[in-house]
Amino acid sequence: MSGDTLPEVSDTLLEVSDPLLEVSDLAVHFRARGKGVVKAVDGVSFNVRRGETLGIVGESGCGKSTTGLALLRLVEPTAGSVRLDGVELAGLRGGALRAMRKRVAMIFQDPYASLNPRLSIGDIVAEPLEVHGLHAGRTARRMRVDELLTMVGLDPNFRTRYPHELSGGQRQRVGIARALATEPDVIVADEPISALDVSVQAQIINLLEDLQGDLGLTYLFIAHDLAAVQHISHRVAVMYLGRIVELADRVTLYEAPAHPYTQALLSAIPVADTAVERARTRIVLTGDVPSPRDPPPGCNFAGRCPRAEDACRDVDPVLEPLRVGHDVACLVARRELADGDSPAAVTRP
Amino acid sequence: MSGVQRATASDSNAITSPLLSVRDLRVRFGTKRGVAHVVNGLSYDVAPGETVAIVGESGSGKSVGVMALLGLVPQPPGRVEGDVWFEGRNLATASERELRQVRGNRVAMVFQDPMTSLNPVLTIGRQLGESLRLHHGASRREADARAVELLDLVGIPSPRQRLGDYPHQFSGGMRQRVMIAMGVVTNPSLLIADEPTTALDVTTQAQIVELVQELQQRLGMAIVWITHDLGVVAGLAHRVLVMYAGRIIESGIVDDLLGDPRHPYTRGLLASLPRPGRDRPARLFAIPGLPPDPVALPAGCAFWERCSYRLDDTERDSVPALREVAPGHHVACVYDVPAIERT
Repeated sequence: MSGDTLPEVSDTLLEVSDPLLEVSDLAVHFRARGKGVVKAVDGVSFNVRRGETLGIVGESGCGKSTTGLALLRLVEPTAGSVRLDGVELAGLRGGALRAMRKRVAMIFQDPYASLNPRLSIGDIVAEPLEVHGLHAGRTARRMRVDELLTMVGLDPNFRTRYPHELSGGQRQRVGIARALATEPDVIVADEPISALDVSVQAQIINLLEDLQGDLGLTYLFIAHDLAAVQHISHRVAVMYLGRIVELADRVTLYEAPAHPYTQALLSAIPVADTAVERARTRIVLTGDVPSPRDPPPGCNFAGRCPRAEDACRDVDPVLEPLRVGHDVACLVARRELADGDSPAAVTRP
Repeated sequence: MSGVQRATASDSNAITSPLLSVRDLRVRFGTKRGVAHVVNGLSYDVAPGETVAIVGESGSGKSVGVMALLGLVPQPPGRVEGDVWFEGRNLATASERELRQVRGNRVAMVFQDPMTSLNPVLTIGRQLGESLRLHHGASRREADARAVELLDLVGIPSPRQRLGDYPHQFSGGMRQRVMIAMGVVTNPSLLIADEPTTALDVTTQAQIVELVQELQQRLGMAIVWITHDLGVVAGLAHRVLVMYAGRIIESGIVDDLLGDPRHPYTRGLLASLPRPGRDRPARLFAIPGLPPDPVALPAGCAFWERCSYRLDDTERDSVPALREVAPGHHVACVYDVPAIERT
């Protein structure tokens, strides 16, 4: 595949093929010092098919990063199930856990903090090969490192350099090369571009898309930047306070967002076009995200929601299909659809 | 973009004499690797009440350039040259005492991370009151009353109850509101905001931008807003300066600059932004390569290496000067880059 377009996951494949990654009712609760339990992730379910990119967006504290970490069991889930190719990951130990981690790799936000400053680029990329006993032998390993560096657009001579000698974009390429080392099926990318300059962000997004086309990778792309997420993802999940509140394909999410939180998020994204900015009616949310330690009864978002009704403060909405392929956890959106009101009456400039 | 908007938007810097006039500002630093030329001849004006956005990527010199205005670049290792005219005096030749006076009273500064600018062991009320008591000799009671007013002004709910709170008890957005409150305590004529919303969530960012705009209307201050985010610029700025390798490479009214960018770098930046929705570009435009090393700047155009418009070596030997390509729209490029076709 040339990588010139978003790799298409064909509709038939979407309907027929079993999901590669199945997450159901995933929960990660932390015990806070003497102050009860913080529900960082509180019942999250989604599926990702092979070759697909699922974006997860949300603001700080919504649980998106913890969700990513829990998939790799880098934090231990409190409850729920994560299946890779039908195999349950909870309870895996030792060799079985290592084998799973070979198939699911991670890319982090800050490539500087996630690369060991004392190791050369070659050693950093070779580390997963060593851990998993791949491409054993000096020559074979070095050839594989050179191949990986070339795949991410770096000159193989970079292997002798150190992270501090590299720019942010180059460091993120090293992070990607390291993630690719074990030939994973799934890559969890946690804010992979948010620490980078604008012009470099585009380079990295293009690289990730090229790699997906060439290697058939499946991505979980976690970020707060909705524009970037919508660019790279086939489907997007919006998280708020440990839950998914809306899940839809990228165009639907942009053109017909049904959850008031998604609508507010979309209305707040600044666009580099003065005509758009002047025509914008921003949905201003009041207040802050409530503490995940003490979430309010009813809908988590009701306290800030411009469209909340009385029922929202009592009933905790469940994520359910509003239409085929469009899941929403909102009583108002559901009622409006039932009443024949136009749901998601968001006017776009 | 239409010429109609151009005419109305340019009112902001007509007639009135500038509040801030920067002339040939240069900042360099001695480093182990040699002399880093970070700011290389900045000249611009800011009119009273005007919002000027300075846009650039990391290393473009956008932050150092404004730190240098107020004598905040340590010398050595830094070395600052040029003139900074502000309210009738040249800050470049002002004493440290005069500079402190300007910083405490006439110019407010808000930075990216409010947590590092606030003292974690003092209550918000104490920190807000401090400058009032220091600069204005207010009593404790007066200072508290004014602090409540200010917290209310920047939209902090139940301000009286929150005076006794410490910074960590506030969210990021609330902390930035407090910083803004502290900045506008003295009714400054200029607010310098260095990436004030970069660390914030998008909905919080929108609130802060709106707050600053409201305050500007109310207090009539000019704003210099430093950012890498062209989206924020579109909603906020009257005029935009784009910096690259320590120089302004394009400047103009916001509509012209975003609607009809003429420098290959500005154009590349805009093209590299993902656009949500149906009209997703098949592939993002990415500017190849990296900005030049400030220790080894090229003799000519600093963007030459990465430029997709370059034809020959013309720009290699001398730095292209800013030239006017449309009224009030200046570009430091020898090529007449064709206007963008918009759909």
